[in-house]
Amino acid sequence: MSTHSSRIAARIMVAPSVALLLLWMVVPLVMTLYYSFRLYRLLSPDRTGWAGMRNYTWFFQSPDFWLAMGNTLALVGGVLVITVVLGTLIALLIDQPVWGQGVLRILVIAPFFVMPPVAASILENLFMHPQNGLFAAVSMALGYEPILYLQDYPMWSVIAIVSWEWLPFATLILLTALQSLSSEQIEAAEMDGASAFGRFRYIILPHMMRAITVVILIQTIFLLGIFGEIYTTTQGGPGSASTTLPYMIFKQAIVAKDIGRAAAGGIIAVILANIVAFFLMRGIGKHLDT
Amino acid sequence: MKMTYRALLGASVAACLSGAAMAETTITVATVNNGDMVRMQGLMDDFYAKHPDIKVEWVTLEENILRQNVTTDIATGGGQYDVITIGTYEVPIWGKQGWLESLNDLPADYDVDDLLPAIRGGLTVDGKLYASPFYGESSFVNYRKDLAEKAGITIPDAPTWDDIKAAAAAMTDKDAGIYGICLRGKAGWGENMAFLTTMANSYGARWFDENWVPQFDQPEWKAVMTDYVDMLTKYGPPGASNNGYNENLTLSLQGKCAMRMDATVSAGSLTDPAQSEFADKVGFALAPDAGLGKRANWLWAWSLAVPASSDAKDAAKTFINWATNKDYIALVASKEGWRNAPPGTRTSLYANPEYAALPFAKMTIDSINAADPTKPTVKPVPYVGVQFVAIPEFAGLATSVGEIFSAALAGQKTVDEALAEAQTLAVSEMTDAGYIK
Repeated sequence: MSTHSSRIAARIMVAPSVALLLLWMVVPLVMTLYYSFRLYRLLSPDRTGWAGMRNYTWFFQSPDFWLAMGNTLALVGGVLVITVVLGTLIALLIDQPVWGQGVLRILVIAPFFVMPPVAASILENLFMHPQNGLFAAVSMALGYEPILYLQDYPMWSVIAIVSWEWLPFATLILLTALQSLSSEQIEAAEMDGASAFGRFRYIILPHMMRAITVVILIQTIFLLGIFGEIYTTTQGGPGSASTTLPYMIFKQAIVAKDIGRAAAGGIIAVILANIVAFFLMRGIGKHLDT
Repeated sequence: MKMTYRALLGASVAACLSGAAMAETTITVATVNNGDMVRMQGLMDDFYAKHPDIKVEWVTLEENILRQNVTTDIATGGGQYDVITIGTYEVPIWGKQGWLESLNDLPADYDVDDLLPAIRGGLTVDGKLYASPFYGESSFVNYRKDLAEKAGITIPDAPTWDDIKAAAAAMTDKDAGIYGICLRGKAGWGENMAFLTTMANSYGARWFDENWVPQFDQPEWKAVMTDYVDMLTKYGPPGASNNGYNENLTLSLQGKCAMRMDATVSAGSLTDPAQSEFADKVGFALAPDAGLGKRANWLWAWSLAVPASSDAKDAAKTFINWATNKDYIALVASKEGWRNAPPGTRTSLYANPEYAALPFAKMTIDSINAADPTKPTVKPVPYVGVQFVAIPEFAGLATSVGEIFSAALAGQKTVDEALAEAQTLAVSEMTDAGYIK
């Protein structure tokens, strides 16, 4: 039971933290907006002034931009599909009582704790390398030419590497959901003569929907910003074949030292992330209510 | 009791005063994590023995991150570092911007005339030395003598591109995992474009004409790209578009590259039995030419400089004098052997008979001397720099062009498409930056 004055007091008391949080979020955003309209190259300090929309038009006119947008969405979508589908299957598999279950689960989850550049280097040099890699050795043993993963299928390779890293995360969340499913329900369905697929389709899957939603939401946030894996393996190439939006911004900021363009790219990325978030929340967010 | 207090007080005041008299200056040195620099940090006892009043703090970073940190610091006048490690690309630009302190007033024992003329030229702007070279490098060809012998060919000390092509064809044995030639294919201004710019120089191609108009639409560039893509596709390792300096060095150490053209500084690893199984079978040759009087070799020097924003300039210069002096080279040689002496900066090193006896010494110095940053290619150019163009926009532009050429090597674009795309991009960037009116 709160009185009018106590509510005011409460608001005054939380005001500093709210203000601080606002500052925390608004200041960098406003600065980025400001710089995105400025001519600002670190190495040419004599050329300054307002750029108008030039930094933005540069992005939209760049031949790489739409490719980078497509690649960013392909990366997010591809990894989501792979991790959710495989994650569900692995979770179902290791949910079965088997000998050494604990150790098995730790092994399955382990790749998540490998740092992204390390994971990318491992997969690039020990597996996908055309001379020294395991896949090359296998193809040669079978009498085939080694596949040049990073050169001929750069985007697929990046998706594979990122999926390898995020699969354990998805598995872990989905496994937890699976374990909270009461076995009585399954047994009852079994006695009623429901097939294995039927049990999965009508009992297990609906039960896991919330967990799947969480996996999709959390992963999307992180996958939109994937950078380290591309930097270590393909450097956005060959050409621009595996350039994503974050990588394009990195190149403007760090290689070209063009702060104006990089800021404009940052704003575009923020808008893209919001659009994706909007559709995600509308499309699958409703599963969170149940 | 009172007396003791007073005595203590007096003593501590005296201690403070004497402390002030020997005031310690602290300098922060930003450097790259290359072997030669790490070795320097192990030899600091010598520096402290000579200069007890200077304390040195190290910031040691990987090349790209160092560049990023140092550039941001100096461009924003941050004043974080007193000594920075930069290359021949940065020095002329930053010197002109007034971001670096001139080193013309180093003491006589620094012996500025002992510096190799080509290196010194690359670090000098308007008669002022803006950085002191720590180690220098050019590029040359290294090859496996045993494979050349097996193929029944000899590679001349001063080969032409035709010699190289013929040798690559003769030594390639893909079934055995031996590739005739390894060249840089990974995109980047310091990766494939460093190599391709030198190759272009030897073919008579150039980045810009006298009016800063990009030249990728000229026949010389077409010849360069055609030969480059052709050589690597026929005789190079698979996936060459992903190979940079490190990848090709690894392949060479494994004996998989019959021939490779890259930095002279890798000669130390190639001839080191601990790192290479073929250490005693490595031959060296100058970078090739195309009969036009220019060889395809570059010129680079990791150098120490003092930012104008430093507040301990004298101490910084004292340190630079110690680290790049002849005495320092002698110090390394006495402690770790001549093979590990920082190469490519001083005439006196190559006059030393012990150093000259190393298998790569003569080729290194000849390669460095063959490079001229002021006249990098056959035709006149408005820029300075052998494997780069010393303008601030180059790093960004050349990295984008490097990506296009890397795609051409990967077979995603034809040579003609790649050159047309590079030309459009370069014209737009140079117009945007105000070079083309």
